[in-house]
Formats: sequence, structure tokens, C-alpha cells
Amino acid sequence: MSQIEKLISVFSTSLGIPEAAVTDDLQYNSLPEWDSTAHMVLISELENQFDIMLDTDDIIDMSSVRVAKQILGKHNITFE
Amino acid sequence: MNVDFKSQYLAGLETLMSQPIYQLPQMEKEALLFPVVESLHHLHRDRCEKYANITRQNHSNPRLLSELPYLAVRLFKQLELSSINKDDIFKVLSSSGTTSQTPAQVFLDKETSARQSKVLVKILQQHIGRQRLPMLIIDSPSVLKDKSKFNARGAGIQGMAFFGRDLTYALDENMQPNWPAIEQFHEKYANQPVLLFGFTFMVWLYFLEFIRNKGASLDFSQGTLLHSGGWKKLEDQKVDNQQFKLALYEATGIQSCFNFYGMAEQVGSIFVECSNGHLHTPVFADIIVRDPLSLASVEIGQLGLLQVISSLPSSYPGQSLLTEDLGTILGVDDCPCGQKGKYFSVHGRLPKTEVRGCSDTHQGAA
Repeated sequence: MSQIEKLISVFSTSLGIPEAAVTDDLQYNSLPEWDSTAHMVLISELENQFDIMLDTDDIIDMSSVRVAKQILGKHNITFE
Repeated sequence: MNVDFKSQYLAGLETLMSQPIYQLPQMEKEALLFPVVESLHHLHRDRCEKYANITRQNHSNPRLLSELPYLAVRLFKQLELSSINKDDIFKVLSSSGTTSQTPAQVFLDKETSARQSKVLVKILQQHIGRQRLPMLIIDSPSVLKDKSKFNARGAGIQGMAFFGRDLTYALDENMQPNWPAIEQFHEKYANQPVLLFGFTFMVWLYFLEFIRNKGASLDFSQGTLLHSGGWKKLEDQKVDNQQFKLALYEATGIQSCFNFYGMAEQVGSIFVECSNGHLHTPVFADIIVRDPLSLASVEIGQLGLLQVISSLPSSYPGQSLLTEDLGTILGVDDCPCGQKGKYFSVHGRLPKTEVRGCSDTHQGAA
């Protein structure tokens, strides 16, 4: 699975939304499925799947799929 | 009038956000905080009719935080105070929804809610760092289950959850200690950095007392406990902060323990105690003490009603609130811990006010 497929899959399973809904523009709190509780599920899934540790700044800053990619980029995970 | 108070507010807030949390001397801090709180006052006067009516006769030309209008905190129980359209309501936080008491209602839009989380994180990072630690929550998971009843206790836990990983609840659905869960957490993380969070009297009653009565002891000597929610119920049992810390140490080995003061009406801008046990005002917030009768602001060292000021709420007029808590400013810029600004202590509630516990913590123990 490519990194982007993995990212889409993590968002889709953590938030319980179809993969097609996972676009760069998808924003935190823009749908009921991505609330603060789901956000923490998402964070721990990202950590497990990409084998990284996110700190509290990352959690607060991760306001969209696009920003999530940038934050993972800091951990040398790139999405071409 | 065409002044855009919202832009003014946001610009001022950005400046505030770029400052060190506890290092600005009071004068410098007030110079930055005052325009932010003043623009919030104007913004809410424009957008919340009830607030405009209540504050109509305010000081004509305020120059100090203490001259800006403030609301009695109980007004949030009596009135729906909101500065946003119904469509923009993201969450309504309710607090102290205990039997027979009317809960306060706090109207949040996404913006204010996100700002609260951000500031809570910024403040707590000063005390526990940026990393996230395995976290034991001294509460029941049931407090988060019913989303329609988004209460202050749930909000507190949710805000704090940002700092944790492998979140474990120490109490079961019936608010009884879940010893297997505690033991399991202990086996995994004993003698490692961990984070514990709970409401003060619940930590005492359902965790520390329980461990003591059981004759057990845990080794979280590298752990940190954050707790909040007031001492009222523990005062009745003659437990003060020092005894609490001693009991915590005996039961868990924890030496790093921070109490903080905050309220549902001003989520995010909390006041955390330092190593000397003094509560400190972060750059985003301030404290004024007023005489309970004359409401004049009083000197350092004098007991009075606490007025809390926060730079965060743009969705409801809660930037300056007179609480029903008694407290004392202990000093300004000169705490031995090195943090600048005002520091204070809380001495319980004004007698004869409506009895109100620690946010809406569990009533069974009352």
C-alpha cells in the first residue's frame, strides 16, 4: 500500500467515513464524524500505522487532511 | 460605527499568543491583554443584546482591566448569553447540572472551541511538556458517552485527553474504582513517566482513599497528577493541599502534582499552581479580587471575590466574570518560582451562595 493509500485508509477507518470523502480539504469538525473524540482515535491510528509519535502541538495543529500530510512530512513521511 | 472589533480582537490575540506564557511582568502583560479584552467587550456589545443592556452604564473611558465591565458568573445560569447566530453554535457546554440547580450554559462556536483547546495545550505544555504520556483518568468512561449532555466534566477530560496516550479510566460505569484496569495500567507503566488526571475530590475519594484502604501502593514515581475542581468537599473532610500531596505520594509515589483553577465559563485559560503551591495567571488571563460588599478591587493580601479575565471567548460574553469564589492575590511578579504576573490562592466559596460543587463532579460522594 502506498503512503497516500495508507493515509486515506487511516482517516476512513478512524472517522468511519468512506475513503472517497478523504480529500485534502476535509477539515476537523467539518463533519460530525470528525469530532474531538474521533480526532484522538485518528491520532493514535496515525501513530500506529506510520510508526511515529505525535506531540500535543501536532494534535492541535492537525486541522485538515492537508495539514496532516504536512505534519507527517516532519516525520519524513511523504506523499509525493 | 464601522470599527471591526473582531479584526481588532484577533490581531491583539495573535500578539498575546506569541508571548511567553508566564514571563511577562504584570505591567507589560496588561498593556497587551487590556486591548484584547476591551475589543471583546465591544464585540459582545455589538453582538449580544443582553450583554449590551447589562453593561450599558459601564465606566465611560476604561483604561484598566478592573474598569472594564464584568458579569456575575451566575448570569450564565439565568440567561442565554450568546454572541453568535444559532447556525454557528458548535457546542453548548453545561456546567454544574446537579440536581435542583440550574446549569450554566456556555455557547461555543468552532473558533472559540478551537482557541480554548489551543490555549489549554499551550499552558499545560509549560508544566508537563509537549510529549504525550500514558494517561490514567480518575473518572468513569461513562461521563463521555452521552454526547447530548456535554458537561464540564466531560469537557475537562476531553481537553486533557490531548496529552495522553493509551487512555485508561480508573473508575467503572458505577463510579467504583476499577482495580483490574488500574493494576493493568500499573503493570505496563510503573516507574515510567505517566500522566494522571482527575477532579480533586474524586482523586481523593475514589483513588487515594481506595488504595489506602486496600493497603496497596502503586509506583508512579515518575508520574504527574493534574487535578482541578475545588477543595470544597475536601475541606469538609479537613483535607488541604499539603495533606493531599502527602497522601498522593504515599499511595502512588507521585511527587509532581499540579492543582489548577478554572471554570466551565472560561474553558482553556486555566490557572495552574507552581512548585510553591501558588496559582499563577498566564498571559491569556488575569485575576482581580473585589470586596464582596463594595465590589471595589482590593489590595494584595486582602480576601475578596475572585474576578476572572480571559482573552478567549468571542462566541459568548464571558471575558470578564465575577465568580462566587473567595481568594487572595498573594503577589505580583515576585513568586519565588520565578514566574511573573499575579499569583493567588482560592479560599472556597462565598457563604450563602448557591451550593455548587466541583464542576459537576459525582454527587454520590457529596
